[in-house]
Amino acid sequence: MSERLFIKGNEAVAMAAIEAGVRCYFGYPITPQSDIPEYLSRELPKTGGTFIQVESEIGAINMVLGASAAGVRAMTSSSGPGISLKQEGISYMAGSELPGVIVDIMRAGPGLGGIDASQADYFQATRGGGHGGYRIIVLAPGSVQEMYDLTMLAFDLSDQWRIPALVLADSVLGQMKESLVANPRPKADLPPKEWAVRGRGEGMQQNIVKSLYLGDGEMEKFHWKMHARYQELAEKECRWEEVQTADAELIVTAFGSTARIASTAVAMAREAGMKVGLLRPITLFPFPKQAYAALSEHCKHFLDIELSTGQMVDDVRLSVARDADVAFYGRPPGAGSLPTPEELFEQIRKVYP
Amino acid sequence: MKQVFSRPASLKDVQTHFCPGCHHGTIHRLVAEAMDEFGIRDRTIGCASVGCSVFLYGYFDIDVVESPHGRAPAVATGVKRARPDTIVFTYQGDGDLAAIGTSEIIHAANRGEDITVIFVNNTTYGMTGGQMAPTTMPGQKTSTSPYGRDIKNDGAPFKMAELLSNLDGVAYSARVAVNSPKNVIQAKKAVKTAFRYQLEGRGFSFIEALAACPTNWGMNPLPANQRVGDEMIPYFPLGTYKNTENL
Ligand SMILES: Cc1ncc(C[n+]2csc(CCOP(=O)(O)OP(=O)(O)O)c2C)c(N)n1
Ligand code: SF4
Ligand SMILES: [Mg+2]
Repeated sequence: MSERLFIKGNEAVAMAAIEAGVRCYFGYPITPQSDIPEYLSRELPKTGGTFIQVESEIGAINMVLGASAAGVRAMTSSSGPGISLKQEGISYMAGSELPGVIVDIMRAGPGLGGIDASQADYFQATRGGGHGGYRIIVLAPGSVQEMYDLTMLAFDLSDQWRIPALVLADSVLGQMKESLVANPRPKADLPPKEWAVRGRGEGMQQNIVKSLYLGDGEMEKFHWKMHARYQELAEKECRWEEVQTADAELIVTAFGSTARIASTAVAMAREAGMKVGLLRPITLFPFPKQAYAALSEHCKHFLDIELSTGQMVDDVRLSVARDADVAFYGRPPGAGSLPTPEELFEQIRKVYP
Repeated sequence: MKQVFSRPASLKDVQTHFCPGCHHGTIHRLVAEAMDEFGIRDRTIGCASVGCSVFLYGYFDIDVVESPHGRAPAVATGVKRARPDTIVFTYQGDGDLAAIGTSEIIHAANRGEDITVIFVNNTTYGMTGGQMAPTTMPGQKTSTSPYGRDIKNDGAPFKMAELLSNLDGVAYSARVAVNSPKNVIQAKKAVKTAFRYQLEGRGFSFIEALAACPTNWGMNPLPANQRVGDEMIPYFPLGTYKNTENL
């Protein structure tokens, strides 16, 4: 039985982690995500789980690495400056084929930036962020409900594919309150973690979790194996939402909180008799290229909107048909940078064919 | 004929990559003997660090997680918290533990994590070719201290066994050496105590082992072994700095 709650996005993430069976959470305070460690410091011990406020984000991600290597569900969360510090550990996790969930409640940057909503960490998230050439699963919720649902999905996908998963939200989604149906953990048919370190046990094989490959050709082989895995991931796990795209002459595309504002602007355009639709990617890696490719067969005009000077727009341009036109409207992050629906409606009017 | 000496079961029957006269091999052996004698090999997890001991998994017949440079105490924390029934140890060099990993070691120690740390102090960065380490001795020449370590410029060497012993979370902290049979016997005792403390759930146990790195010291094995006794032990005195046995 699912109850209806009225809670913050950050709390939804924390609740979902517990529902997903997280055993260990390791974190460090930073606005605008501190509700997550605060909630888990209170609730996780009640379920027999471990909560540690770590000395740094570097320590935290490496504890996730250790707990995940030991075969349990482990998680950390942070924002810009802290996510940068975690990149070393995320690279090692990717290299060691370890699952694990990282929540990034984006804030303005670079540097200390500010605590306002931002989407300027899209590149950092979707290109791997750390060294060596790897990708991680990136999920972009657009509501408090999705903060909950996608956090649970992140654990399942991460375990399934042995790739770290990042939930990429922003301070609007983290801080706003909405109603939420606390769905039970979905049933997932996941492979057993036979690779985990548990103490080898009598007569059993030694398990090694590592990212060091020194043998002739070993590292290259690893890269091609992961490349194939990323491709399979792209075939099977892309998720997106379409609103009124069937007859659209212009498709607005945006993710996360920006898509919320954009959807209001799209509704305004429809009121005004313009055939405008919305395409909202939910997985940012893998990027739902196929949705753009299919829609651009008949719709030749796109408008990409982001809280940055333009990052996802690169992926959109790579995904649409060659003769499709992609316009961009960006509001780089910072206080007072959130666009209004009227402002976006104005942009739609400008580029509408 | 009665066999009086053999390879510990916790060590694999393979050649190591260690240079002639390197003390890593001896220290590996002491850790393996302790595992054998406590019968804990099957539930022990090693956390390797980055340095000449990175191939821990190649020599110990146990489950191993590799850690980023300096982060082994955080990785070990994650492992131990996830699986409290296991025995978890890190094996770290002086660059790994006392430079890039100072934050992780101090906080793991301060939390009193129920893990054992084997810290190999050879006064240099062995793996990367003998650069100055946080434990390089005053005046010691290395590839990045060609005029000798200058305390004014570089600070004084870290004495980790003493430093950590001041933290409440530390149950046991000792410095040992493996440059003579007598010291090896002492070192073995200390390593066993460190693992026993973990078995008894007493908290964080720390062994600093002084070690020779003949290759990067530019010395033959025998003089390098000699240097441990002549120069290192006087500066890094052996002994137990914290013992909570009777508390
Ligand atoms: C982040 C990072 N910086 C630097 C290195 C390069 N590196 C590899 S081993 C090492 C030093 C190892 O020295 P130590 O910990 O004393 O171990 P030893 O080899 O002497 O046993 C360094 C600096 C690295 N692997 N990662
Ligand atoms: S370089 Fe030094 S520490 Fe490394 S194996 Fe050789 S002697 Fe041992
Ligand atoms: Mg060293």
